[in-house]
Amino acid sequence: MDKTVRFRVRLKDNIADVKIMIFHPMETGYRKNKHTAEIIPKHFIHTVKIGHNGKPIMEVHWSRSVSKNPYLNFRVPNAVIGDELSIAWDDNMGESGAGTTTIS
Amino acid sequence: MNLSKKRRAFLNSALALISTLLIPAKGYARWDETAYNEVDIADSIRSIGIRNPGELRDASKNIELSLPEIAENGAIVPIKILSKIPKTERIFVFAEKNPQPLVSDYMFTPDVEPFVASRIKMGETAFVHVIVLADGIFYRTARQVKVTIGGCGEE
Repeated sequence: MDKTVRFRVRLKDNIADVKIMIFHPMETGYRKNKHTAEIIPKHFIHTVKIGHNGKPIMEVHWSRSVSKNPYLNFRVPNAVIGDELSIAWDDNMGESGAGTTTIS
Repeated sequence: MNLSKKRRAFLNSALALISTLLIPAKGYARWDETAYNEVDIADSIRSIGIRNPGELRDASKNIELSLPEIAENGAIVPIKILSKIPKTERIFVFAEKNPQPLVSDYMFTPDVEPFVASRIKMGETAFVHVIVLADGIFYRTARQVKVTIGGCGEE
């Protein structure tokens, strides 16, 4: 598995509070390289898919206005210890990443 | 089965077929490049399927929106949204004065709470609009964020 995704999950009253961080530059395409003054091309995650025990539960579309190393917090009801949470992302340059975690 | 029942059955199956064709296999809409490239807030709001932005229902009481009053760093503006509107399907976020106002679109199934928190970039002081789609109806709330240092072009 790649290391682009980091999870933090807290289970309380069968609701999983899920916090995810994805390591990604989220370049707007408006920044310039300080030394060469060249524009840094836009590079951003546009789609994130979230699953619970293999079933899709949420999909996210982003623009380049989402902050660098995107943070995402959401809540999954009907969760128990041992359940699997997964996310997969795609960006505008054809790169992708994924991560899974087991609720403990 | 009489004729009107037959016709209704036919219409229902035709409608079911049409909605299957409209929704991609995985059940969600595709990332819509056109919508994310709109540069004007009104066009941007229309791009998600709202014909007349004036008809959006005010839901400032039913959408809990947390945003800082003043953001010292526009590169990291925390946003938290909880929709209390039943059957919330989508939550859209717009930063009115960003080069492209549409920031994000969260699509929920009934298997996840209509809640999301994230961090966005804001180029300058502006209104952040949150639009919720619930049971086919669009609702809106908005709040202004004062940005001290813009977060779109700077290091």
